[in-house]
Amino acid sequence: MIGRFIQNAGWPRIIIALFLLGLFIAAPFVGVRVDTSLSNTLVRFGMNGVMVLAMIPMVQAGCGLNFGLPLGIIAGLLGATLSIEWNVEILARLAELGAQYKISWLNEAFLTSWREPIGFASAVVIAVPIAAVLGWFYGKLLNRVKGDEMMIATYVGFSSVSFMCIAWLLLPYKHPTMVWGYAGHGLRTTISVEGYWLHVLSDALALDINTENIHLYIPTGMLIFFAVMAFLVWVFMRTKTGTAMTAVGSNPDFARASGVNVDRMRTISVMLSTVLGAIGIIVYEQSFGFIQLYMGPFYMALPAVASILLGGASVNKAGILNVIVGTFLFQGILTMTPSVINSYLQTDMSEVIRLIVSNGMILYALTRKVRAGR
Amino acid sequence: MIRKLFDIIAGNAVPAVFIIISAFAIPLSGYSASYLIQELLTRIGRNSFLILSLLIPIMAGMGLNFGMVLGAMAGQIGLLFICDWGIVGIPGMLLACLIGTPIAIVLGIFCGAVMNRAKGREMVTSYILGFFINGVYQMTVLYLMGWIIPITNPALLLSRGYGVRNAVSLLGIRGILDNLIPAIITGTQGAGQFFSVQGGNAFVMIQLPFLEGSIRIPLATLIVIALFCVFIVWFRKTKLGQDMRAIGQNQAVADSAGIPVNRTRIIAIVISTVLACYGQIIYLQNMGTLNTYNSHDQAGMFSIAALLIGGASVSRASIANVFVGVILFHLMFIVAPMAGKNLIGEAQIGEYFRVFVSYGIIAIALVLHAWKRNREREAARRSLRGNKGGE
Repeated sequence: MIGRFIQNAGWPRIIIALFLLGLFIAAPFVGVRVDTSLSNTLVRFGMNGVMVLAMIPMVQAGCGLNFGLPLGIIAGLLGATLSIEWNVEILARLAELGAQYKISWLNEAFLTSWREPIGFASAVVIAVPIAAVLGWFYGKLLNRVKGDEMMIATYVGFSSVSFMCIAWLLLPYKHPTMVWGYAGHGLRTTISVEGYWLHVLSDALALDINTENIHLYIPTGMLIFFAVMAFLVWVFMRTKTGTAMTAVGSNPDFARASGVNVDRMRTISVMLSTVLGAIGIIVYEQSFGFIQLYMGPFYMALPAVASILLGGASVNKAGILNVIVGTFLFQGILTMTPSVINSYLQTDMSEVIRLIVSNGMILYALTRKVRAGR
Repeated sequence: MIRKLFDIIAGNAVPAVFIIISAFAIPLSGYSASYLIQELLTRIGRNSFLILSLLIPIMAGMGLNFGMVLGAMAGQIGLLFICDWGIVGIPGMLLACLIGTPIAIVLGIFCGAVMNRAKGREMVTSYILGFFINGVYQMTVLYLMGWIIPITNPALLLSRGYGVRNAVSLLGIRGILDNLIPAIITGTQGAGQFFSVQGGNAFVMIQLPFLEGSIRIPLATLIVIALFCVFIVWFRKTKLGQDMRAIGQNQAVADSAGIPVNRTRIIAIVISTVLACYGQIIYLQNMGTLNTYNSHDQAGMFSIAALLIGGASVSRASIANVFVGVILFHLMFIVAPMAGKNLIGEAQIGEYFRVFVSYGIIAIALVLHAWKRNREREAARRSLRGNKGGE
């Protein structure tokens, strides 16, 4: 029974889970509050969850781990910055539409009170088509390089990020909160979303218990959003298309023999992955409070990849449970190691531990012999 | 015929594009010829060795060795020790190599063993392995040094008493190899002798009348690089070198021919790692400062980009590719920020442009390689099918 559990869960997961448990147990003894730590872990879980979810379609379709996540992130960043740039215009247009089609609830009062959620929604609405188009090209590219997807994805991500570094400088953004004050053009490296859609998901229905003994904050809205996204992915993977996708990932030759268009399924999976990455970064930003441009998205794929692997996914098999377990463990370690180990050793080892754990996890997955007949 | 022409163009497209970019960017930057030549010579001396270390794994069919950063880290650890012990000059450099070698060998064996477990995706594995070992390296240098590993020099340690500072001055060995045999090319019409003596130092003087100013040549470094090229040419002809090429062609055939595939692959990686270790030491003696936590990161990326710009591919690289690559890549590196500034008024653009080019070129090279391989595989399958149908 225990043996089977260990076999199912896998040793690395158990070690990390025990380590995390140990950290939570040790926390009170070094003066770190368990409740705030738990809140932080939950917030980080919500922030990163959707980006980890973005791994599933590509892994399932046999395209490997999506090291090209920065491409989706860029679409998200474009959506986020454009939603701020056009914030006023979007609201005005909506008011116009309300008047034109006599939609009684789409009035001034509604637009003022729902300004922030509308801003967030507009960011998503702008980002998704951009991500879909980028994902389509990216998918076409990956179809031509079967077998080498992961390395190429890494460098597609890197080169798109560095290409966008030039673009952020040159694109004609005008909004005063976003461009450099003295030059009047070129976007800043970090842009605050305060006043636009800061914490719109996190604070929605949030549970904030702040008494003398207990400080607990649960970002209910953000967790619900993640749950909805996860549910949608779960449902999608069980539709006809999703099943075909899984078939392509498990055995491309067999899938082709049963009349599945392998390349098309792969392209769809890459598009879906890129779109989820775009939504993921917007969710991340609304909680984090800042849009990080330029080299910001550069290494963002690695934590997401490490999370899903930590959750028990392999290079060609991943599910929702892997995402939930993995994100919770990974973000738990990231939250707990700085606070607990710092209080104990008086130094900040979190960065080093993050490097070793995340890359060690990826390395473990890459070197694992893929068992036949799975 | 057309296919052959296409192959030639495709084979040399990357260097050609870079020559065109440079042809536009050099006049835009407004740098003088002597400045450019000086910078290029310095950079050839600085970077060639690192790039050359990539050749042997490519020969063994293991792709671009992103794991060369492991060797770079080993070299840096050697340098940290000689800084701590205050050993300067050529003995210091040699000692750094001596300390770095066993570390590089161990890391190389580890890297090779890991890559043998991940056949077919060596590159991405070695790439992630670089990050992983980077974590271990940071742990060693930032926490263990000065605590468990004895480092006593206060100039090296952080004020808290353990951990190495972010920037370490390598004044003791700075330029020591570059200036071992001082050589100058000068354009001034002066004394016509080959050797001249200035301030008690003998110089090799070469006069080129069309040049303004003078150019210093890192002669000893170039000699070391030349010797190393000879080594590679010789190595290709040895039994081991031939084995590696056989494995690079086809692992299964090599295996049935009695070549120990896994062992030979590990040896290829070990050689590459050790050479990268020496390469990083040469690189840093030229730079004169060690960025403890960043130097090695860039070593891998820039070396690989330079090699690819020189016209190499994932499965094929020659010594000529190395030198063409280092010249073209660094030419762009030197002129891009200034050209960007003069063209658009922002040096930052040129800065980002060269980063974009470095990554973009690696991406394109990888895509072309995978594409070509898949096409060949497809063609092979089709020809097989065709034969069956015909008979």
